[in-house]
Parts: sequence; C-alpha cells; structure tokens
Amino acid sequence: MKKKGNAGFTVVEKILARASGKDSVRAGDVVEPRVDLAMSHENAALVINQFMEIHEGTGIAAKPWDPSRIAIIFDHRVPAESAKTATNQKKVRAFVTEHGIEKFHDIRGDTGGICHQILPERGYVRPGMVVVGTDSHTTSHGALGAFAFGIGATEMASAWTLGAAVNIEVPATIRVEVSGRFADFVGPKDLILHLIGVLTAQGGNFRVLEFAGDAIARLSTSGRLVLCNMSVEAGATSGIVPADAETVRYLRQEAGVTDPLDLVTSDADASFERSISIDISELEPLVACPHTVDNVKPVSAVEGIPVHQVVIGSCTNGRLDDLADAARIVRGRHVAAGTRMLVFPASAKIYAEAMRLGYLADFMAAGAVVMNSGCGPCLGIHEGALGDGETAISTTNRNFKGRMGNPGADVYLASPAVAAASALTGVITDPRKER
Amino acid sequence: MAPVRKADKTRVKKVEMVRVILGLGDDVSTDLVYPGRYMATVLPSETPAFAFADHGGFQAAVMAKSIPPGAVIAAGNNFGCGSSREQAVSCLKGLCVVVVAKSFARIFLQNAINLGLKVVVAPGFAADEGDEILFDGGCVENRTKRTAFDITPLPLARQAIIDAGGLIPFTRARLVARPREPERTEGPGL
Repeated sequence: MKKKGNAGFTVVEKILARASGKDSVRAGDVVEPRVDLAMSHENAALVINQFMEIHEGTGIAAKPWDPSRIAIIFDHRVPAESAKTATNQKKVRAFVTEHGIEKFHDIRGDTGGICHQILPERGYVRPGMVVVGTDSHTTSHGALGAFAFGIGATEMASAWTLGAAVNIEVPATIRVEVSGRFADFVGPKDLILHLIGVLTAQGGNFRVLEFAGDAIARLSTSGRLVLCNMSVEAGATSGIVPADAETVRYLRQEAGVTDPLDLVTSDADASFERSISIDISELEPLVACPHTVDNVKPVSAVEGIPVHQVVIGSCTNGRLDDLADAARIVRGRHVAAGTRMLVFPASAKIYAEAMRLGYLADFMAAGAVVMNSGCGPCLGIHEGALGDGETAISTTNRNFKGRMGNPGADVYLASPAVAAASALTGVITDPRKER
Repeated sequence: MAPVRKADKTRVKKVEMVRVILGLGDDVSTDLVYPGRYMATVLPSETPAFAFADHGGFQAAVMAKSIPPGAVIAAGNNFGCGSSREQAVSCLKGLCVVVVAKSFARIFLQNAINLGLKVVVAPGFAADEGDEILFDGGCVENRTKRTAFDITPLPLARQAIIDAGGLIPFTRARLVARPREPERTEGPGL
C-alpha cells in the first residue's frame, strides 16, 4: 500500500470526513457520519419494529430524526404476493402518513419503480451524500458520486433514531481504471462481470471500488449504475464514480435537479489500496454461470445451453438503454417455443418511455410478457419462479442457488443483448452471431 | 477482512464443547441461509423455522427442534454474502447457533453483531459435520481432527456494539443520553 503520510484523499475519505465533521479521515478510521438519505423498501416493516424497540421504555416519542431524508419505495413484492406482504405494506403506509415521509413511492403506474432506479431518477441522490439503504444493492447510488452502502434493518432503525450511521470504518479504495471503447453488443454488464470474475466474490470485501478513466468519463449514468450496482457482488462496501460532467448532465436534464451540486472527487495523489486497469475494447459478451456471480465465462463457453426463461429488467439492467438493446434484437422476430421472456422496466417512468418509443410493442409482438415495474423474479419471491431443473438467463445481479425461487434451477447472468438473443433461439446465444 | 485492531475480547469466551451441525464451503449466500420466498416473514420469533429452508437435513433438525444451543455452523470464506436481509441473522440467532467461518461478508457480519448472533472469524478453520469443537479464549479447537485455529478479534468499532449488548441497546443509550444528537453538519441539500 502506498504510504499515506501527506498523500491526497480518496473521494470516500473526503465524503466521510465532511459527514463526520472532521477535517480529514483515512481508511481504517472509525467515524460516525450523518446520513443524508436513508432508503428502505418493503423491509421498512421490520425497520419500524426495530425503531419502536429502540424507543421502548425511554419515554421518548418514536419520531424519525428527519422524515425528509427517508425514502421508502415498494418494489420487492409488487403488487403484494401474499396477505402477509400486503399487511406489511399497509403498516408501512400508515407510518409514512403518520410521519409525513414524502419520498414514498407506492405501487403505482406513474411514480412507482425499483428503489435503485427511483432514487437517481427523482434526484434524491446527490454527489457527496452519505446514502444508506436496507438493500445490498444500495451500492448503486455511487454512480452519482455519493457514498452509498447497504445495511440491515436494525442499523436503519438506528439511523432513523440518531440521523447518523454509527461505528463506520472508513473503507480502503480499489481504483478501477477503465480505458477503451466497447465493441458492438458488449457493454457495462460485461465490464462489471469481468471485474467480479477477476476480483472474485470476496475480493472487494470491506473495500470501495472507485471507477475512473476515459471510458468511465464517456459512460452514461445508466451504465455507471450497472457498475456500482454489482460492485457488491465482489463484496465491496460500495462502488463509486466520482461526480463529473455526466453526473451534472444526468441530474440537471434527467432528474430535474436545479440546486447547486458539489462535485467531490479523489485527489490525484490519493492513497489507493491498489489499482486495476481494464481495456474494455478487449471485452467480449460474458456470462456469470451458476451458482456464483464470480463464475464468469465468455458466452462462447456456454453457447447452446437451453433456456426456459429469459428475464430482462431489475435494478441492474432495467433502464431505457437496456430495453432498447433488447428490443433492437427481438424486433420483428419471435421468442423460441418452449422459452418464456419476461420484461420488467425498472420504473414507471421508464415503462412509459419504452411504451412511447415502441419497445414494449416490440417485446409483445415477439412473444415476451411485459410485467409491471419492480424486482420481479430476481429474488424469487413472486412472479417468474423457475421449475425443477429449469434454466434462466437473466439481466439481474445474482445467480445464487435458489435465488429465482428454486434451488433445483440454474440462473445465468448476462447483458440485455445476450439475454434477448438467447430468447430468440431458446439457447444461450452470442448476440454478435444472432444479428 | 477489515483491518483488525487490538481488541480485548473475542466473541466467545467460555470453554465448552459443541458439535458442528452443518458444514459449508465458501460464499454461502443469504439466499441459502434464508430463501427470498420467506422474506415477508420478519419477526425474529418466526424466522428460525425457515433457516436453511432448502437444506433438507438442517430443516429436519429445525423442525424436530433437535439443534442443541451453541451448536456450530462451520463455513469457509465470505459467509453471508449477498442480500442484506436481516432474517438471515435473526433465523440463526433464534436457533442459538454459533457461526464459525474463515471470513464473513460485510453486511452479514454487521447484522450479526447488531443482533447478537455469535460469530467467530477463524481464517484457517476447517471442520466437518459432527466434529467436536472447543472455544478457548482466542482459539477454536477442532477436537475431532486435533487441530486448532486462531480467532481473529473483531474490529474495535464492532466490539463497542457487542459490549453494549447489540445495536438496539447501543442506540437506545445514545438516544437517552443525547436525545437529538448529533447536530447535523452542513451537507448536500435535498
């Protein structure tokens, strides 16, 4: 490791120093940063239980420290798959009303969607923020230059109480320097799968992955969200792309943010634990094979494996450019007999836009089923469970045993292009050959 | 693992003989510990019924209530990777088991500490189901295989929460001591 001494600071060290009211902090320091945004989904039901328990016997009213900084988005089980879930959602709604939580997104066709899409899309996340979420893919929001990480429900209840994340160890940073240009049918999903394959599922444990380089400067916020979203699959506490011109463009033009923005970046001489260089020009379409995300192979190594279900969507790859990639491939063609294709736009806004652009009609004409925005079958709770011995290829982020609802099934992870091409043939297919 | 600091205490101090009831490899995900389809169940009193729900042998033991308190789940590296679901911790805590692993994923480790599930980090640890295990201070012994492994103390930042008896009492004490602390420092607006 580079000597710290007078070295510069990483973007995460700077964010955590400011959030903790300190002049500077270094990797390894223990801090107590204020929380700028606290996100939960249906598991807010459990957070509420723990929040009440913290206040029990204190004589202090159980009121969240700052309802304007709490976001609650229903996405994991929408519409409710069971009476139990519906009752939990009802309980959360009552809490939201009682405490005036305005960043609440219910099950709606106009403002609903997946939490990790809603937060950026609505401009809730800003560069330099400390964002916590009761979801491991909260790492996504590093794409906007925030330090964002997943926590459990009890830790969230603590954050709702104190307005801070307690006993946080400042993570060391692994810098990922990305150069080159993607070849046709290769994109951010292939880049992050490649990186996870290199690092392994634990290679980023307790570290931050900071993405930099000319290829990142050119990459859209949508693509950056893919990278930061799946950083947790290498074990990372968070992924981050320090805010730049694209961040400003996205927040101004797409999220409608008009407030001043504070673009925090790493110093040129910042103390990184290590650096990894990747030339994306050399990447080919990749697939993460069952049952770990780091089991990454070129699509050519698994071509021809029959697939029964194709899933396009999720917080990883359910945005407009993902749907465009998939629609371009299936347009005017048909999903293979014996294969079912499910499409889940990541938010109502994306759904409406995909409808306007004709993507949803393309999917339906090809035989795909367009579902409502939400997490869908990604975590195996409802919608699109797999049968015994079945195989899925999915643009989601996890392929653990049992993930899609059946421990006796296989899930392969890939880009929208690979997944869509596979839907047409009914077998895992290299999209470069299917065109 | 996170950089380790000097800590006075390790998680398990008592000298007692226990058995390994479940032997697992690397990268055991929280989907395996607590499958997603049971996520609507959140109460700690109800989650133990679904611990390792897809693992036939373990499930049978859960149903038969035949898991002795203190029994060990032995695992390799990166135990608890994946989802942040706290049920993956509360289900094991409810069964009063101890998880001994070469290493843990960050969120699982933090959740375990927050809820008071006993976890032991022993980087060289190896054990099979049925092995007899003895915790002795900073060491975990596999009596069956006649091997012993150093326990890595938890980082000091975690130890403070353990010492408080978990995150709920930790935060409650802070709440009572300084009801509206900490004052917000200036940060990015909303």
